[in-house]
Amino acid sequence: MDIVVCVKRVPFTQEVDLEIDRSKRFVATESLAHVINDWDSYAVEEAILLKEKLGGEVTAVTVGSEDDEEVLRRALAMGADRAVRIESGGMPMDGTVVAGILASVIRNIPCDLVLTGVQADDDNQAVVGVTLAELLGLSHAAVVRGIEVSGADIVARIELEGGVDEIRRLRLPALLTIQTGINEPRYVSVMGIRKASKKELKVIDVKELGLSQNDLVPPTEIEEIYLPADTGGAEMLKGDPSVVAEAVIDIMRRKGVAL
Amino acid sequence: MTGDILVFVEQRAGSVREVSYQLLSKANQICAELSVRLTAVFIGPKASFLSSDFYKKADRVLVLEDERFGDFNCEIARDVMVGIIKEQRPAMVLVGHTPWGMDLAPAIAAKTGLPLSTDCVDIKIEAGKVKAVRQLYGGKLFARVVFKDESKGCIFTVRPGSFSVEGYPDRMGEIVPIEAPKDLPEPSSRFVEYVDTGAGEVDITQAELLVSIGRGVGEKERIEEIQELARILGGVVSCSRPVVDKGWLPKYHQVGTSGKSVKPKVYLALGISGAFQHVAGIAGAGTVIAVNKDKKAPIFRVADYGVADDLFAFSDAIKKALKK
Ligand SMILES: Cc1cc2nc3c(=O)[nH]c(=O)nc-3n(C[C@H](O)[C@H](O)[C@H](O)COP(=O)(O)OP(=O)(O)OC[C@H]3O[C@@H](n4cnc5c(N)ncnc54)[C@H](O)[C@@H]3O)c2cc1C
Repeated sequence: MDIVVCVKRVPFTQEVDLEIDRSKRFVATESLAHVINDWDSYAVEEAILLKEKLGGEVTAVTVGSEDDEEVLRRALAMGADRAVRIESGGMPMDGTVVAGILASVIRNIPCDLVLTGVQADDDNQAVVGVTLAELLGLSHAAVVRGIEVSGADIVARIELEGGVDEIRRLRLPALLTIQTGINEPRYVSVMGIRKASKKELKVIDVKELGLSQNDLVPPTEIEEIYLPADTGGAEMLKGDPSVVAEAVIDIMRRKGVAL
Repeated sequence: MTGDILVFVEQRAGSVREVSYQLLSKANQICAELSVRLTAVFIGPKASFLSSDFYKKADRVLVLEDERFGDFNCEIARDVMVGIIKEQRPAMVLVGHTPWGMDLAPAIAAKTGLPLSTDCVDIKIEAGKVKAVRQLYGGKLFARVVFKDESKGCIFTVRPGSFSVEGYPDRMGEIVPIEAPKDLPEPSSRFVEYVDTGAGEVDITQAELLVSIGRGVGEKERIEEIQELARILGGVVSCSRPVVDKGWLPKYHQVGTSGKSVKPKVYLALGISGAFQHVAGIAGAGTVIAVNKDKKAPIFRVADYGVADDLFAFSDAIKKALKK
């Protein structure tokens, strides 16, 4: 079973004061640490698990700059056979444009299954996966937390709300967007990543793809990015931990919790 | 803008999902603002909604009753929606930002070429221009999104819980049967069954005090410290999704859209950032106290009380105070 898995490198923003640039349309992320998108690491692991079980090859693909190769190398170290980076030249993109770019490349990679993460940690859009499936004419399912291949079909366990899953049978080739928790992404060491640098990592320039201007103009555009209003939030309890603890215990008692 | 506002209604096992009422409520407001018609699309047995008041919330409900499509099938829903959109040219299409909506909306957008903005918490019309409000970085920032060209219509997925279902007027409630497109191809996927991921040893929905653990706990080995805190406080342990994903606690502890909705008197959130999928599960909580070492964590916007500190330092301080 040949699998293509799409990955994205995202900034790590915990405990970071995100800075909005002067145009108010971009977030300054250059100085932040970057990681593989959480959902994508589960997608890569799932691809590798399927390959280990059923044979075949795994190709990891990303759209981005040279820095983004970091996540491809991680995918290679996890067990992907080859990687493709599509150089985007820093142009503005939204999910629809990224899906269009990915489609024009993946169309030429013979495969039975395409996996993406449910969404990305940064823009939280959940658009690329299903859009890509439609452009490639694949059957698709979103938010998948279990996969079983059964002949020419794949049986996906789709996570719905409130602890209910839907079991859906899809004909291959298919695209699934992968939910966190489907597996345990394996640990990769710095050594492992270094070793994986021997594997093939191909770079394609987006200009070589023959996409029309129309395909490359994002249909959505951010008009303004802003911080949430400061008002209406929690009353912050300040002071020494022992003072705060007393205050919290007092609140709990007042709210009727028997301590 | 003159076209209808089109709402895709989600039903599961015959009952209309709560999110659909929220979409209808927002659509109702937009329709009043633009003086256009509210049209809902329902795929499933009509009998399942006639006893509810859902259909009165729209001017028209287009109903596709077909025994083949009793359960959600994304391809069928897509093709039906695409057919309606092509024929009727609605100004906007609203879909819930739910697992099914996340499957359906991008598919409709790809097939129609209409622009799509997902996970919107608000939709506004300013000087004739449609604007979507959504969040970035798990709620740390907000963004106002506009479309390059919305003249042919636009599609939104709307975050569950964003709009109240209270206090909006009924509309015409006309029920219009529709037929499946004639040339509907055999779908390449089909529904098999629903599986309940099940109850566990503890029932977090009944607890008066929940001590809830987030990814901020850092490692499995340290969960014990918080379990001890919960014991001392007489509370029950719950958690956010990553804690379950990592196998640190069983699934029945999980709070949120894909876990459980809880209603304790006090919800103590330790090392939880406050993503909407989590926060949606604590809407019924009496008082929310959040502890997070990031003073900008979105959880502080929904909590009643906040402590900007290391959760273990907090936990130790509580334990010490109660020993006194
Ligand atoms: C379809 C779908 C369904 C989902 N369903 C759910 C659901 O049901 N429930 C759910 O919870 N999530 C759900 N999620 C995931 C959700 O989007 C978030 O990823 C998740 O809630 C984040 O969990 P967290 O807050 O524990 O982790 P993080 O977002 O990683 O936050 C950890 C927090 O801990 C803080 N922290 C770190 N160390 C410490 C310390 N020592 N002391 C104090 N604070 C510390 C950090 O500042 C940070 O704010 C779902 C996502 C999708 C796409």
